[in-house]
Amino acid sequence: MDVLVFMIPIALFLGTSGLVAFLWALRSGQYDDMDGAEYRMLMDD
Amino acid sequence: MCCADLATASTDAQPIRGPGFARDLSPFVIRLGDDLNRVELAVEGIRCAACMGIIERGLPALPGVTKARLNYSDRRLAVEWNGDLTVERIVDALDRLGYKAHPFDPKRADDEETKESKRLIRALAVAGFASMNIMLMAVSVWAGNGSDITPETRDFFHWMQAVIALPAAAYAGRPFYESAIRGLRAGRVNMDFPITLGVVLTMIMSVVETMNSATHAYFDGAVMLLFFLLIGRVLDQTMRRKTRTLAENLSALRSETAAKIFEDGIVRDAPLSAIAPGDRVLVRPGERIAVDGVVEEGSSELDQSLVTGETMLAAVTAGERVYAGALNATGALTVRVTAAASGTLLDEVESLMNRALEAKSAALVLADKATRLYVPFVHAAAALTLLGWLVAGAGFHFAILAAVAVLIITCPCALGLAIPAVQVVAAGALFRQGVLLNTGDALERLAEVDTVVFDKTGTLTLPEPSLVGIYDSAVLERAARLALSSRHPMAGALAAAVGERQPYAQARETAGLGVSAVVDGCEIRLGSPRFCGAEVQARAALERHPEASVICFREGGAAPSVFLVRQALRDDAVETVEAMRRGGYRLTVLSGDRAAAVAGATDALGIAEWAAELTPKDKIARIEALKKGGRRVLMVGDGINDAPALAAADVSLSPVTAAHVSQAAADGLFMGRRLAPVIAALGIGRKARRLMVQNLAFSALYNVAAIPLAAAGFLTPLIAALAMSGSSVVVTLNALRARNGMRAVAARPRRTAGTARTGRALQTKTA
Repeated sequence: MDVLVFMIPIALFLGTSGLVAFLWALRSGQYDDMDGAEYRMLMDD
Repeated sequence: MCCADLATASTDAQPIRGPGFARDLSPFVIRLGDDLNRVELAVEGIRCAACMGIIERGLPALPGVTKARLNYSDRRLAVEWNGDLTVERIVDALDRLGYKAHPFDPKRADDEETKESKRLIRALAVAGFASMNIMLMAVSVWAGNGSDITPETRDFFHWMQAVIALPAAAYAGRPFYESAIRGLRAGRVNMDFPITLGVVLTMIMSVVETMNSATHAYFDGAVMLLFFLLIGRVLDQTMRRKTRTLAENLSALRSETAAKIFEDGIVRDAPLSAIAPGDRVLVRPGERIAVDGVVEEGSSELDQSLVTGETMLAAVTAGERVYAGALNATGALTVRVTAAASGTLLDEVESLMNRALEAKSAALVLADKATRLYVPFVHAAAALTLLGWLVAGAGFHFAILAAVAVLIITCPCALGLAIPAVQVVAAGALFRQGVLLNTGDALERLAEVDTVVFDKTGTLTLPEPSLVGIYDSAVLERAARLALSSRHPMAGALAAAVGERQPYAQARETAGLGVSAVVDGCEIRLGSPRFCGAEVQARAALERHPEASVICFREGGAAPSVFLVRQALRDDAVETVEAMRRGGYRLTVLSGDRAAAVAGATDALGIAEWAAELTPKDKIARIEALKKGGRRVLMVGDGINDAPALAAADVSLSPVTAAHVSQAAADGLFMGRRLAPVIAALGIGRKARRLMVQNLAFSALYNVAAIPLAAAGFLTPLIAALAMSGSSVVVTLNALRARNGMRAVAARPRRTAGTARTGRALQTKTA
């Protein structure tokens, strides 16, 4: 039981950071060009 | 310099491209800060990923460009720069790289719809995250209740769920709450109302249960409900946005500019948004008139086929009205732009169109029909459950629990998810066939069509005229070379027929008559019968082919030649029409063109039912008559005169070459030179509707089975939520199953198109 009190908030914290990372990626336009991204990695510049 | 001179002078150097006036594109620039500017452009000609590199590496060579980024998904380019670079130079640079570009109105680029779609995706992310975490703990409690969970652990898990669920539901549910409130304000109970009620009630109840250390809490059900509903909303939004983006690119590329004459007499191309009533614009021969107005100076012949469907050139002189969309054939015109004063053609078209659109919006689509039956049913079922249990003497607690279970299990997830999912899959299939849908519900209406009404000019026929008949190839070649120096549409047809690319030097165009050049000491002329002294031959040719127009050619003193030019049918028109007839569709042609021209086309296609010389009002009347007779009408048309008919029909399609109003009025646009996309749209529409009905039937069946169980109190909200999620998954999978089916449907017309091409090749050979 005691361990849950620590583990669940930690798990939630990790999950939330993932969510925040996704929202940040969305806001910074990383999902705006889904078709172009796959070719962009092949361009060398 | 007078206008006619301008037209003549410019033909010497640039035979095909328009004269290079300075263009005023500055209204498209967004100022980001001191000295930093940004512009968004729609780019045409991007075929592969390598184009990204060419553009993004090519543009920074311009002085001051700090950033050039091409969005490969929607074919838009964002350029940022410092200093005094102009948009014109960027467009020119892209032109040199081989791409046609046109700047976007910055107001349009960052619209409400993009914001709404981002908001929905954020809500979806939050709901997805929350529902997974809550589910994890809910399943633990659920399993623990069956074994040896301690009450303290259970309470802890419930409180943790509440901590996640309350903010998540408050955030992710906003699209539904707001819509429900908007509906209530307008005096309607919409689909979002039972959702809102269900979520809010479940949340309150779960918090109360948690505070009382009860065995069950139902946060999971409510949050998962939001998650599944949001998937449907996001799919729906994505489909509509993609279509709209591509349609907007097309309209931006069809250069929305006009040559404005400034106070000081200077002529510059300006975007239409910068032209006000009272301004004067110059329309050169070969250009489309971009505005409505009154001719102030000059006289010319206009090809009004996009406006009225009439293919014969109409003469205009000073004082007459001209409409946006007409092609100026012979002389330069100075046009004073008018505000849309009442009584003009466009006005009449617009009012007819609005009336027709209102009538159409009264027709209920499948989802609306379902909602209308469904919402009262859900509320009645929940209320009856509550009352029933109270009357039966069960506790208030148990009665509420059963009622909420009914609300959750009947929540219209399947409705909210199934139809958008089918729409997205079908719209994707249609897109591959070259059809863009303006509205999602067009699919259902396409499925019910049993009558197809075609406009002739620009729809059954190609939008531009082409050469018909057999000619001496040497003469034809010389005539075509001379034709390159003229911007007259008929000369364009001649030039296109041969593919000649080198104009004669020193060719001179005489406005309203034709073009002439001296070759090896011998004068050659191309133009009107009078200009070439070929009146007799022209009259004889026109008697044999009343539906065609003529352009004459004379070399020195030799006998003149007469070329016939006609608006040819689309490459695969005969096969597509034949396939539709075999498919059991009733076919009709309603045209604004002359009877002789329409008869020529309908004979070739074997369409018996047709009418010619119709006004927009006549077209509406005929379509209404068909609808009254119980017919479901698909209208395919492109002209301004077709716009009201497009709106009046049950469902409508336009080629992308159509006039703006028609594009706006049509439910979908089709691309390319073939007519086959129309038949593909019909086939995919039928298939899509069948899947939607299947999905609705499944959800109905599921509800019929589940509601009695929930009302009887056998299902806790948790099990109700699981069952509800299961039904959503089934319905989504059914929609995805359509992908293969759609391909099969779509492939059929393509095969027909293949035979069309060979058929045409044979015809050309025998000719």
